[in-house]
Amino acid sequence: MSCLLILIPLATIIILNLPLYRLMNKAVFWAGCALCLAQVYSVVFLPKDFWNAPLGYLALFFKFNLAVDSLTVLMLLTIGIIVFISILLARHFFTEEDKRFNFINLLIVILAAMNGVVLVKDIFSMYVFIEVTAVSSFILIAYNKRRDAFEAVFKYIILSAFATILMLTSIALILLISGDASFAAIKIALATSPHSKLVLFAVSLFLAGVFIKGGVVPFHGWVADAYRAAPRIVSVLLAGIVTKTVGVYSLIRVAGSVFDINGPVGGVIMFLGAASIIVGALEAMEQNHFKNMLAYSSISQVGYILLSFGCGTPLGIAGAVFHLFNHAIFKSLLFVNSAVLEEKTGTQFMNRLGGLAQKLPITGATSILGSLSTAGIPPLAGFWSKLIIILALWSSGHYVYAVIAVLASILTLAYMLIMQRRIFFGTLKEGFENLTEAGFWILLPTLILAAIVVGGGLFFPYFLNNFILPVGNILK
Amino acid sequence: MAINITVLICLALAALWAVMTRSLLRAAIGLALTSAILTILMFRLDSPVAGVFELSVCSGLISVIFISTISLTHPMTKTQIVQHMKDRLSRFWYLPVVVVIAGIALSLAHVKINIKIPAPEEVKDARYALWYLRHADLIGQIMMLLAGVFGVVLLFKETKKK
Repeated sequence: MSCLLILIPLATIIILNLPLYRLMNKAVFWAGCALCLAQVYSVVFLPKDFWNAPLGYLALFFKFNLAVDSLTVLMLLTIGIIVFISILLARHFFTEEDKRFNFINLLIVILAAMNGVVLVKDIFSMYVFIEVTAVSSFILIAYNKRRDAFEAVFKYIILSAFATILMLTSIALILLISGDASFAAIKIALATSPHSKLVLFAVSLFLAGVFIKGGVVPFHGWVADAYRAAPRIVSVLLAGIVTKTVGVYSLIRVAGSVFDINGPVGGVIMFLGAASIIVGALEAMEQNHFKNMLAYSSISQVGYILLSFGCGTPLGIAGAVFHLFNHAIFKSLLFVNSAVLEEKTGTQFMNRLGGLAQKLPITGATSILGSLSTAGIPPLAGFWSKLIIILALWSSGHYVYAVIAVLASILTLAYMLIMQRRIFFGTLKEGFENLTEAGFWILLPTLILAAIVVGGGLFFPYFLNNFILPVGNILK
Repeated sequence: MAINITVLICLALAALWAVMTRSLLRAAIGLALTSAILTILMFRLDSPVAGVFELSVCSGLISVIFISTISLTHPMTKTQIVQHMKDRLSRFWYLPVVVVIAGIALSLAHVKINIKIPAPEEVKDARYALWYLRHADLIGQIMMLLAGVFGVVLLFKETKKK
């Protein structure tokens, strides 16, 4: 039944593009919202057995090799939430129905593609859906046709093409030796094949490719440009879920399914994670452009996810996945806030802003929640995921990495507080006296994300027992 | 074997021409030529299905898309042409150096790759694998086409109106 999460969005696109223009232009927004909300509802309330049940009559036409486990459930939930937020934002930012229609159609394509990435059980199908997500991202980044957007997407395309070469080479080698691209077959080939070193080389190539896609240090050069130059809605989507799915999730799934994470592979992942944390945090400290700061902050937070995953314990894996979910939510919230700032003030340079909390109280308040959750302040959701990460590192004997994680959290708090002080507090700058708060269709996603940030912290035991801890055990 | 090596050399030369030529249109034609030569190689290596895909998609469809896109661009000015002619060789000065060093290193390392590929249990045609075993990938391909269509509409529609 899990293939319905790919087939239903695809069918929706086909129906929406029937020649009933006026009706479909109006229906596209509600269709997109319904898809995302149905996905969120079904993954939360339907049991995993439902998704792994046979297709019944549909099996005569479609033969898919998909599976749903706890990690997939959490990813599907995150994807559904962030794409829903993006569709709400599209309602606000696109006044022309034609543009909104095409944009939301592309969002539905990206929803189906990311669902495909998290559902498949073999490396080649994962690659296909990663590429669909990437191509859709290129188009979304460039759609406002600004020069800096084209430059950013060009950099992203070149690096992505290089990642694609690495991935395809690895898939070719794996197919040559094991004859099968499924994760289970690769694991067996690593353990038993006389060419296991070649398989290890091939999987390393694949992981290098996903490091590039995920913007992990030292492959992070495209991230800041892409996030800064992308249109506002697209920044929310990119930072919130796209890089998490094609980069971080793919890494967790491939490495977790194929390797023993407690070995040297885990060490490499932890090292790159620590490097991302430090480089991202230090770069974020010196940024004057709000979106640039958020981009480097994203690189740093992805480092936490890798660091936790690399330690290899169930608690570490659970912490990594929980922080992936939290990061998707609070980073999306901050990018929505940046979209409000850009729309209302026309600038993203923090030295030109000040005292905006007086005029944008809801944006300011939700921005504080997002910032404090990023920094890991209780009782917000980000505190719990960072606590789990630090506990996992300490209990597995990685004391140095645990100290780095704690110190980088202090750096995170520092640059977030600096950002808050410069933008929202202090004296209102000249020219902003007539500002009003953002409209309904942009405040609604802001409040939804803020509610999840607060609710994820207050109802942490529910999340821990039902979503987080089950993930830690499935990859062991 | 000699024929395969000749075809590979022609392939490399066509690819080099596609990269080095200053005209976008000639670069697109060079890409089509490279794909056509690769098709010959695929037929010689007993992969006719892959060869047909390469010829029809890469040499045919992609070239049409490239040339359509190029038709929407402006040609370079004379100043830009002169600057480009000066830059294009100097930008790639390191490539022959890398190739020579890599060749020397590989010959000194006496690299031997001895892989015995296990015979498949059952020989299946590529078409069977594509249409009966890889439905998820087919859906992915359809989604890629849809993404391309919406991309063209989002990025090019306004230009036509202008």
